[in-house]
Amino acid sequence: MFLINCPYCGERDQSEFSAGGEAHIVRPKQPTELSDDKWAEFLFMRKNIKGVQLERWNHTHGCRKWFNMARDTSNDKIHAVYKMGEKPPIK
Amino acid sequence: MMSKNLRIANSNFIDQTSRISFKFDGKILYGFKGDTLASALIANDIHLVGRSFKYHRPRGIMTCGSEEPNAIVQVGNDASMTEPNTRATEIELYEGLEASSQNCWPSVNFDIGSINNFFSPLIPAAFYYKTFMWPANFWKLYEYFIRKSAGLGKSPTQPDKDIYDHRYLHCDVLVIGGGISGIIAAKTAAKNNLNTVLIDDKNNLGGTTLFQQNECFKINNSYSNEWLKKEIETLDSIKNLTIKTRTTLAAYHSYNYLLARENLTDHLDLNEKKDKIRQRLWKIRAKKVIIATGAMERPLIFNNNDRPGIILSSSIKKYIDYYGVKCGQKISLFTNNDSAYETAISLSNSGVSINSVIDIRDKSNSLIVKQAEKLGIKIHWKHTVVNTNGYKKINSIEIMKLSDDGTAVVGKKIKDECDCLGISGGWTPRVHLFTQSGGKLKFRDVDNVFLPDKSELDQISIGSCNGDLELDEVIKNSVNSINKFLNVNNNDYKNLEIISSKEIDKKNIWLLPSDKPFGKTKPFLDFQNDSTANDIKLALREGFKSIEHVKRYTTTGMATDQGKLSNMHALGIVAETANLKMGELGTTTFRPPYTPLTFGAIVGRNVGKFFDITRRTPIHDWHVKCNAEFENVGQWKRAWYYPIENESMHEAVQRESKAARDSAGILDASTLGKIDIQGSDASEFLNRIYTNAWSKLEIGKCRYGLMLNEDGMVYDDGVTTRLGENHYIMTTTTGGAANVLGKLEDYLQTEWPELDVYLTSVTDHYATVSICGPNSKKILSKVIPDLNLSDKEFPHMSFKNALIDNIKCRVMRISFTGEHSYEINIQSSYGKSLWEKCFEAGKEFDITPYGTETMHLLRAEKGFIIAGQDTDGTMTPVDLQMDWIISKKKYDFIGKRSLYRSDTIRDDRKQLVGLLTDDPNEVLEEGAQIVLETKKQPIVMLGHVTSSYFSPNLNKSIALAVVKNGKKLKGQKMFVPMKNKTINVTITDTVFFDKENKRLNA
Amino acid sequence: MQIMKNKYSIFSLIKNAFSYHENWQRAWRDPEPKKEYEAIIVGGGGHGLATAFYLAKKHNMKNIAVVEKGWIGGGNTGRNTTIIRSNYLWDASAGLYDHALKIWEGLSQELNYNVMFSQRGVMNLAHNLQDVRDLKRRTHANRLNGIDAVWLNTEQVKKFCPIINTSPDIRYPVLGGTLQRRAGTARHDAVAWGYARGADEMGVDIIQNCEVKGIKRNGDSVEGIETTKGFIKSNKIGVVAAGHSSVIAGMVDLRLPLESKPLQALVSEPVKPIIDTVVMSNAVHAYVSQSDKGELVIGAGTDAYVSYTQRGSHDVVEGTLKAILELYPIFSRMKMLRQWGGIVDICPDASPIISKTHIKGLYFNCGWGTGGFKATPGSGDLFAHTIANNEPHKLNADFNINRFVSGDLVDEHGAAAVAH
Repeated sequence: MFLINCPYCGERDQSEFSAGGEAHIVRPKQPTELSDDKWAEFLFMRKNIKGVQLERWNHTHGCRKWFNMARDTSNDKIHAVYKMGEKPPIK
Repeated sequence: MMSKNLRIANSNFIDQTSRISFKFDGKILYGFKGDTLASALIANDIHLVGRSFKYHRPRGIMTCGSEEPNAIVQVGNDASMTEPNTRATEIELYEGLEASSQNCWPSVNFDIGSINNFFSPLIPAAFYYKTFMWPANFWKLYEYFIRKSAGLGKSPTQPDKDIYDHRYLHCDVLVIGGGISGIIAAKTAAKNNLNTVLIDDKNNLGGTTLFQQNECFKINNSYSNEWLKKEIETLDSIKNLTIKTRTTLAAYHSYNYLLARENLTDHLDLNEKKDKIRQRLWKIRAKKVIIATGAMERPLIFNNNDRPGIILSSSIKKYIDYYGVKCGQKISLFTNNDSAYETAISLSNSGVSINSVIDIRDKSNSLIVKQAEKLGIKIHWKHTVVNTNGYKKINSIEIMKLSDDGTAVVGKKIKDECDCLGISGGWTPRVHLFTQSGGKLKFRDVDNVFLPDKSELDQISIGSCNGDLELDEVIKNSVNSINKFLNVNNNDYKNLEIISSKEIDKKNIWLLPSDKPFGKTKPFLDFQNDSTANDIKLALREGFKSIEHVKRYTTTGMATDQGKLSNMHALGIVAETANLKMGELGTTTFRPPYTPLTFGAIVGRNVGKFFDITRRTPIHDWHVKCNAEFENVGQWKRAWYYPIENESMHEAVQRESKAARDSAGILDASTLGKIDIQGSDASEFLNRIYTNAWSKLEIGKCRYGLMLNEDGMVYDDGVTTRLGENHYIMTTTTGGAANVLGKLEDYLQTEWPELDVYLTSVTDHYATVSICGPNSKKILSKVIPDLNLSDKEFPHMSFKNALIDNIKCRVMRISFTGEHSYEINIQSSYGKSLWEKCFEAGKEFDITPYGTETMHLLRAEKGFIIAGQDTDGTMTPVDLQMDWIISKKKYDFIGKRSLYRSDTIRDDRKQLVGLLTDDPNEVLEEGAQIVLETKKQPIVMLGHVTSSYFSPNLNKSIALAVVKNGKKLKGQKMFVPMKNKTINVTITDTVFFDKENKRLNA
Repeated sequence: MQIMKNKYSIFSLIKNAFSYHENWQRAWRDPEPKKEYEAIIVGGGGHGLATAFYLAKKHNMKNIAVVEKGWIGGGNTGRNTTIIRSNYLWDASAGLYDHALKIWEGLSQELNYNVMFSQRGVMNLAHNLQDVRDLKRRTHANRLNGIDAVWLNTEQVKKFCPIINTSPDIRYPVLGGTLQRRAGTARHDAVAWGYARGADEMGVDIIQNCEVKGIKRNGDSVEGIETTKGFIKSNKIGVVAAGHSSVIAGMVDLRLPLESKPLQALVSEPVKPIIDTVVMSNAVHAYVSQSDKGELVIGAGTDAYVSYTQRGSHDVVEGTLKAILELYPIFSRMKMLRQWGGIVDICPDASPIISKTHIKGLYFNCGWGTGGFKATPGSGDLFAHTIANNEPHKLNADFNINRFVSGDLVDEHGAAAVAH
């Protein structure tokens, strides 16, 4: 049970949040121009990193804001949280 | 036979004035307040308490705590309140306690299953993988008997009557374990203004020091127990300190999230338990955690080391010093370390005769050993026990001298009569919680212990769970660690004068040699699961090298004690046999919970009616009053149909459906999801999330929309109304409301943050009353007389603001039934009165309340889909023959690109069609499959029935279905093969009723 | 290299009892890796070992190795709730899982290792009207696909498993269910060990504690693997690494449609037989059976986030037990003995991938999500076929990677929100 530091509300229990998968997958601006392969990349293919992953979380039972998180999936340690639109603080 | 009384009168912890009666295996016995079931049984000279899992060997009480492998009993015999597999060593004695032995039949004294012991040569570890394979179909029979003989206690067969509870707890410092180091830690933390919680699984604090009254262990010239007692007395006056006894730390998760179970009534007399919370689960977030869980004594592994009367040496000490109970009249002790001498001295001080101490070491010159020698206790140095005798209780042991290298025995065998054997194989720090939290262990060679090493969390281990096994070290190192960890400078314990016997001579033999061939011996490791050292060696011989393989193959460490006593020896024997270093071998994983945790405590109060939220509409009570049957839709209760008198569901639905089309029907549509959408980009937002175009929708008009997933499949649908230039209200399906809002918020915040749009869920804010049918207009005009209902002023798919008794409401002229129909939305608190008002106004037209089933039937007559029933996550709008709803002009919307993939553009996909049965009275089963060919195998399924009803308005059966290439198959005869018959059907258009939509304006 | 093994039977047990069981042979060798193999299977779980077994047995490829970074059967094979069934909705899934079920039915004899396949039946409960439609649809499809599933009404559910709370007054009453009698459970460890012993007997090298660090490529083809025990050459590499599939795929810059998530399970303390079948419920998320040892075996759900820690959140366990007590209030005083987690690799359509890749000689078998154990023998057989022939078998043709591009998914989500 993580303790997540919502960038809008502060530290809260994990049960208030929901996970939204890999971050920084930008929805293509011109989907019709894409090949089926490229569209499938966007739709389904995931890095599924073992290590520090940038991912989306939503404070569902709180401010309902989406934000990003850098979390090590090999030990669940949260390295940083940052707002949508901000650059990841970790490479 | 009268049992002997083994009680002595010197205990401070047992109230010998307060006698308690209890039953064990049907026999009435007596103990005292302060006893555990185990101490009371021993006091009554009862050692045989259970039978082992596999061989049904007689087993007795072995320990005095949570690591007990043998003395596990069934408590109570009430079908709802009985509890299996409870450790007698942890049950506090109470008036009315009934307990019985498990895993034996007909009784623990005479157990038929013990025949297994004679077959034991045939059933080594994992024998079951090698046999029971012939004849193949007999496994069922073999399994029946295996299952019957396995299992320990019995599950209750009636629902639990007890209450369980959850509480949250936040603290600066959590101290786990109320022994000497835990007490020092808690005091230090609390005195430094840290909000501190100290928990201990026993009913009092103090740990083993509490009864350590020995010349060799003194603090500031007092016995250590006296010193500690004073420390404990001061705890009450300390602010910031909460103490919870009878509270077991069950699980230590990452981020210092811990679960602790507090026992509230298990120790109370039977008649005091009722209506109280039985157990409470504490969900703890601690800024810092101090683990002070102590150490547990190891057994020794030698031939026949499992007989009743063989008890851990430190437990014998606790039984005599704490409970005032003698574990025997003539006790021998067998050890590889100094601590057995503490037991010897305690026994001797209480007047129990010590046969001898058998010590595998060559010598020991510590204070404590010298003291024992001074008392005249006989010691066999460099000896080992090679065998024990006595079936239901030990009556003698056989001792031999160890060879110099410790691998064999030499010389003459000595037989020693005794009725109890204390064993001590050294100490194992309780590192379970540390590893549960993700901490890594290191190995200390000198005394073969795993110790806490690295942890990511803000925590420390102190005292003997950190490997400090001697009093002076415990205090000195704990104090230093605590000060450093809490960043404080507490000098209270700096200058204590501590006397502590020091153990210098150490020796360990994981598997002690015997004079018998190894194969003929039974040195038990896991007492409950009956796995022996032989089993470990067999596993290694067969190539199971990883410790996890050995554990699984032999089941060592997988019993209800989770290997607390057996793990170290299993590792030791594996390392020794495979010629590996212990540290390299690693350990098996300690998984939560630390001790078995009651399901009820984990669930707390979320049972029965609190299992899940029940959402009811503001009109719910009216439906109940009118006899409605309800359907669960998500968390909502929706009126399903309203049977009158003895009507069947079918009859009721037919009546309701007819009434709605013939005159007027009224439906509670309050559960539909409602999302208020505002902002200057609201229209653009709708353009992106729906398949159709929204910019041109006039204010005051409504439009049906279909929402896709990004993979092109239909996700949800509903009518959205434009309330103003920048203001819409969207409706969603009842079950989809929360997900739709979540999805919209997601896109808005993450993909299109530039859009000026605000979303608010208003589902619960409005009640929605829907009236439909040819007389709906007349009824509405009675309810809202000043509203112009002319088709010109208020056409289909439009909306008006209105006032009813001065209350604002929104009226939409929209229809899911194909009838002329209105939906009135009003602030939910007025929902019921609005409904009643409409009902009253409709009385002259026999207005009929109808439920979801009729709604489904009516819309099916019109071929309208229900997302989730006629779609299943694999249907595109094109598949639904709803091509018209896909805007050709829009550059993009959610899911658009996916509609043009090679599979989604196929024109022979499964498509929504209508289906008519040749026999108009035959109603198809929803979910039935549709085929073209019934004779040829394999049968090719082309689709299935999604919705099916008998239509009273058409007087025939109708159905919707999805069928491969269905669009092109209109008129095609097909088959629906049922279990006992085949139904002939024909593919039709999806609209069965009023194809011209005349009734919308009727 | 053929190594004839002694046959296991009651007679061999008796014979060995006389020598105090000191003469049992090793179940498998512990070889050092050779320089080169005809094929290498990455991942020594049930699926990987079965793949090696069938490559050797049916495709006469004996010079093969299984490399495992830990100990065989230590991943999801040894961590699952051992449910076996084939009552899947779509033809492709039904074909795949029933193929497996048919092998299960003779597996103990085929391996000469008792995998304790127990056909005690699996019941799936319906709690709302859409559940009823979905389960009936599945039952009809199953029947026509030759799979033995039947629909039970509430009384029949109660009769088959009397301890279920079928009261109409509970929050989500049981409205009926399906029953597949041929379905059941098996002993998970035995599956890995039995396949390992069988494969070893045919000469397959099972190499434990050997972690793959890289895949060597030559243009479009694979040439071998870099491991902690050195480079091993082979031009056929089959990856069956479950939760770690993406990690291996990443070594050749291959992206898969997978997410690896924690899945938890737990057992109670053992008790005498109290439930004789497997009961699953999707709406009230709970599934339970009782092991031969007497423990209630309870599967919890997955967490929604990616994690390789083999730990999940307590909320998931609490939610599962809440559902268990809703359906079985008699279990309230039972105690959780042990809980654990595995890492499951989940595809967007909740169906697996058993497929070639665009890299020649590299094959993937992954994406089994929460339900891979039941497919073990079939998965191994079909993956072996795919590797040996460089072409899928018709039963796994639909489970290719390309379906995520074309859109031709095998969507078992719609049919069962959780496809255990």
